[in-house]
Amino acid sequence: MSDLLSRLLASRDWLMADGATGTNLFNMGLTAGEAPELWNTDKPDNIRALYRGAVEAGSDIFLTNTFGGNASRLKLHSAQGRVRELNRVGAALGREIADAADRDVVVAGSIGPTGEIMAPMGSLTHEIAVEMFHEQAEGLKDGGADVLWVETISAAEEFRAAAEACAKAGMPWCGTMSFDTAGRTMMGFTSAQMVALVGRLDHPPLAFGANCGVGAADLMRTVLGFVAAGPETPIIAKGNAGIPKYHDGHIHYDGTPDLMADYAVMARDAGATIIGGCCGTMPEHLRAMRIALETRPRGPRPTLDEITAKLGGFSSASDGTGENAGAGRERRGRRRG
Amino acid sequence: MAEDEIILSELDDEELVLQMHDDLYDGLKEEIEEGVRILLDRGWAPYDVLTKALVAGMTIVGADFRDGILFVPEVLLAANAMKAGMAILKPLLAETGAPKVGKMVIGTVKGDIHDIGKNLVGMMMEGAGFEVVDLGINNPVEKYIEALEREDADILGMSALLTTTMPYMKVVIDTMKEKGMREDFIVLVGGAPLNEEFGKAIGADAYCRDAAVAVQTAKDFMSRKHNKLAAG
Repeated sequence: MSDLLSRLLASRDWLMADGATGTNLFNMGLTAGEAPELWNTDKPDNIRALYRGAVEAGSDIFLTNTFGGNASRLKLHSAQGRVRELNRVGAALGREIADAADRDVVVAGSIGPTGEIMAPMGSLTHEIAVEMFHEQAEGLKDGGADVLWVETISAAEEFRAAAEACAKAGMPWCGTMSFDTAGRTMMGFTSAQMVALVGRLDHPPLAFGANCGVGAADLMRTVLGFVAAGPETPIIAKGNAGIPKYHDGHIHYDGTPDLMADYAVMARDAGATIIGGCCGTMPEHLRAMRIALETRPRGPRPTLDEITAKLGGFSSASDGTGENAGAGRERRGRRRG
Repeated sequence: MAEDEIILSELDDEELVLQMHDDLYDGLKEEIEEGVRILLDRGWAPYDVLTKALVAGMTIVGADFRDGILFVPEVLLAANAMKAGMAILKPLLAETGAPKVGKMVIGTVKGDIHDIGKNLVGMMMEGAGFEVVDLGINNPVEKYIEALEREDADILGMSALLTTTMPYMKVVIDTMKEKGMREDFIVLVGGAPLNEEFGKAIGADAYCRDAAVAVQTAKDFMSRKHNKLAAG
């Protein structure tokens, strides 16, 4: 148990992760369509400010600005030849900020999805996906990331490929999926299925969970789904600060710091160990979450009704788990085998 | 089991069409191709095969996708089966001068590689009888504008999945306004993080939460457009 995150997980009751990357960078002048990862080399002071914002607001863990740093996505910006460099620099800037902090702070190397559909449904093979994630993982490792952080994944196949890449890089990792479609991931994967998947991996993550998705309420329902499946691995909750609204020329997420504070405490009480935000979660939200986690006593696991009362309604009637979920339609007959 | 095997050519028209709905639902490409050929051989008009077998079947798929019963993998399979059927019908439809529902230019905005939803919308729109011009991923505003003018389209569909790319939709809509062409097109937007209010705020005609809703919304706007033309 030599890595920092494992040590913190062993000694602490809960850990706070960070908030949004994109929303924060927009506020510093990133324009729509630009690759945030290019700022690692072009505007390193902005990236330092991003990381520092999370650390100063009380995050124990922050994610590097490398979400789209795989070859498939950087290709859009003709930067597919810079995967290793952009990830290394993104992690190295994080190392610098974490080492300057007066407490232990984990630098988590963010790895987002490739954006492609995996075979056989799509064209991306397991081998190529592993290779892409591995290239990124090595860059993050070179830059000094403590742990790799695979996030916003929809397909089990892609999650497996990322796990294999982390193993190849010899790095501990965490992994979260995005449950944004009727309680499941876009590919139809449920919270319970994710618990089963995590339990079967050869190189299991230190923690697993959900990020992004629809809003804080939906994410809480997903966390309850994880808990009900009885996972052995600590749970991560990284929900959006409400839903996006557009006004005065920029995007604003409608979740207040107070709402995110309620969400953080509920996530902890529900059984999550690593709690943070995702899109729209700014340093002021993180500060409110930290104070709430430190000052409010542990309570019983929240019910679905308590979640909607405090965080708002769910985006769908069910979370896609359970007996009635996904009941297919009545078939007229069979088909040749 | 042999006794369970369905021989498509032995089914009467009504049974065959219902079977094709099932086969579309299950994404059985070869069976759909076979069904299309049988109906054509029986003298069906290509347009009837399209609407009664394929479009009606995809409507069921779309409804179950909307209701969280089917997810992206199943819908992709169904759409691929539909496309195979469409490939047979397309040249025939052109020959017979079948009615056109409308034309849509669609693409993922600049910086966004995530085209799974966009592809689904494109396929479902084709399945509903629309002509679709797919600009692919990562489109700058110029490319949208040029395509809309070149194609004489009715509808612009834009998709974004990321917080960092969503605002670009507004850049495109604002440019259309500057050029005085905004009112000439129906603008539909989509993508997982969006919502109705967001769509309105950036000046789109509608936000469509999934491909099935996109098809219905497009149809509604097209019929309104036709009514307006008829009244004017």
